Amino acid sequence: MTDVVMPQMGESIVEGTLTKWLKKPGDRVERDEPLFEISTDKVDTEIPSPAAGTLSEVMVEEGKTVGINTVVARIEENGGAPAAAKPPAQAAQPAAATSPEPEPEPVVEAAEEAAPAPPAAEEPAPAAEPAGPLSPLVRKLAREHNLDLSRVTGTGAGGRITKQDVEGYLAARPAAAAEPVRPPAPPPVAPAPRIAATPAPAPLAPAGPAKTRVEPLSTMRIKIAEHMVLSKRTSAHVTTIHRVDMTAVAKMRERNKAAFQANYGFNLTYLPFVTRAAVVALRQFPLLNASLDGNNIIYHNEINIGIAVALENGLIVPVIRGADEKNVLGLQRAVVDLAARARSRQLKPDEVLGGTFSITNFGSFGSLVGTPIINQPQVAILGVGTVDKTPVVINDAIAIRSICHLSLSFDHRLIDGALADQFMSKLKQVLEGWTEEVQ
Amino acid sequence: MDYATAFELQRRLVVERQQGLIPDHLLLVEHPHVVTLGRNGHRENLLASDEILERAGVEFHPTDRGGDITYHGPGQLVGYPILDLREWKRDVAAYVRAIEEVIIDTLADFGIAAGRIPKLTGVWVDGRKIAAIGVHISRWVTSHGFALNVSTDLSYFEYIVPCGLTKPVTSMAALGVRATLEDVGYVLAAHFGRVFDCQMPLTAPARAGARKEEVI
Repeated sequence: MTDVVMPQMGESIVEGTLTKWLKKPGDRVERDEPLFEISTDKVDTEIPSPAAGTLSEVMVEEGKTVGINTVVARIEENGGAPAAAKPPAQAAQPAAATSPEPEPEPVVEAAEEAAPAPPAAEEPAPAAEPAGPLSPLVRKLAREHNLDLSRVTGTGAGGRITKQDVEGYLAARPAAAAEPVRPPAPPPVAPAPRIAATPAPAPLAPAGPAKTRVEPLSTMRIKIAEHMVLSKRTSAHVTTIHRVDMTAVAKMRERNKAAFQANYGFNLTYLPFVTRAAVVALRQFPLLNASLDGNNIIYHNEINIGIAVALENGLIVPVIRGADEKNVLGLQRAVVDLAARARSRQLKPDEVLGGTFSITNFGSFGSLVGTPIINQPQVAILGVGTVDKTPVVINDAIAIRSICHLSLSFDHRLIDGALADQFMSKLKQVLEGWTEEVQ
Repeated sequence: MDYATAFELQRRLVVERQQGLIPDHLLLVEHPHVVTLGRNGHRENLLASDEILERAGVEFHPTDRGGDITYHGPGQLVGYPILDLREWKRDVAAYVRAIEEVIIDTLADFGIAAGRIPKLTGVWVDGRKIAAIGVHISRWVTSHGFALNVSTDLSYFEYIVPCGLTKPVTSMAALGVRATLEDVGYVLAAHFGRVFDCQMPLTAPARAGARKEEVI
């Protein structure tokens, strides 16, 4: 007897919808012969049979979404008499006991590919859920209308709740009467609040198609939101903006770009130059590299620079440790590595901790100037705008220079404007008179 | 190339790819007017009746890719990558994201800032869909793929609810970019080579053109 399980189709995928059985219980199946089809996102996949034999039992019916590693069928290898096919719905509970559900990654994009609730969570709370199996359609209707199914009387076989029962119940509910049933949306559906746990409040929109859609925040989004508000509440934010002539850096970058690509396989960007200049300025003005703890200033002897990395659904700030010990090459390598691993969710937890100063490069998205929020418990963050060729006046002549706006948000509790601008002047001076070799 | 011919070609290449007889391929084609419906599609998202479609010269073709309903036609660059994902990441979600990246980077080269909308596969410009994605996978070999509106007559989308979503569609031409399918195809093929090669360190560093077969 071989168990056929819902396969893992990718790192971020925690479940799949079984869309079609290509064999019926009792059918002979060869090893590697397509057995069923699943759907994840916009991808349909044929799943081959793991063994040759007779399909003896089908445990997940078409249209059901189950977690990866859930047993969906069994194959009798020696062609023994197939057990009578059980009614699929009855046996459809995911075999959580035999295959523990992998924990969905808490950080990045976990909610992106599939509804985050592992199948175990879909298991209804016994008290609130009526007896008898529920079809996916009924569950979906209940979800869409935020309906407590225990209040619906089933008229189907064995008291089973049918689509008609739900529609009848909805029609009888005055407020919901006019809300039409939305057409089925393609998977993945938005994660819906657990029906059993939430008593049904009356829907907001009494008529017409739904005007709003409710979606719970991802864990990462909740953390970002808390952190941003905490920071605004903690620090007295002030932002100062300096215009910096990046022409010398641009030339150095042009000279080394091809060599970087050829020797190291990554691009040379402006960011490591700015980071390097920030390190030099932080050494001269260590208060910008400090934290505030009650009535004490904590000076950090290490310079660990956080680099904000945009993710599909959020933001993470991995840290370049010992940034003062790296040249432009080392900084660029660190940026490329951290950004790539941030996006593929392979950062180790301690790689986002211990930063003493942060840089956010919104210029890469076309922003000219921004006023970033300080990454607590740090006291300053540097924002890097786009580098654009701009006409500027030099010695009463107009010249074309590569201009960038650098903004520094600092905590006015600890740092005064004069100090912040001295820091920025130093940074500007390093960048404008760039001479240091990059590799 | 008409849809049925391209479909047959894909089917043949998939079998040969599964048997390891051929390397990965990227087919770039342009179809005559056709509306296709994915395996999990909903026929009700086809708004026009058969007669109206017939009068407009639009074929209807149920097919075996993921996704709902979509339209293909002149001025649309349709790409069918035949890739063995076992040699890539064994990750269908990452594959779809990579396809999106190829299209986003291609559009960026034409000065169009396109992006993703979480949970809505495809490529979007200001809330309008510019490229649709629908994929079929059999033994880790991909077929079907993407459709990028270059100079598509967008009125044909009125016959359907694209991918079951009531969101507007757009094209490069509608955004003021005049480019031929060939121009876009070359740029896209280069990005495709970059995105999929750089993620496949085991593959010999192929030149952008080495793994594509263009049948425009």
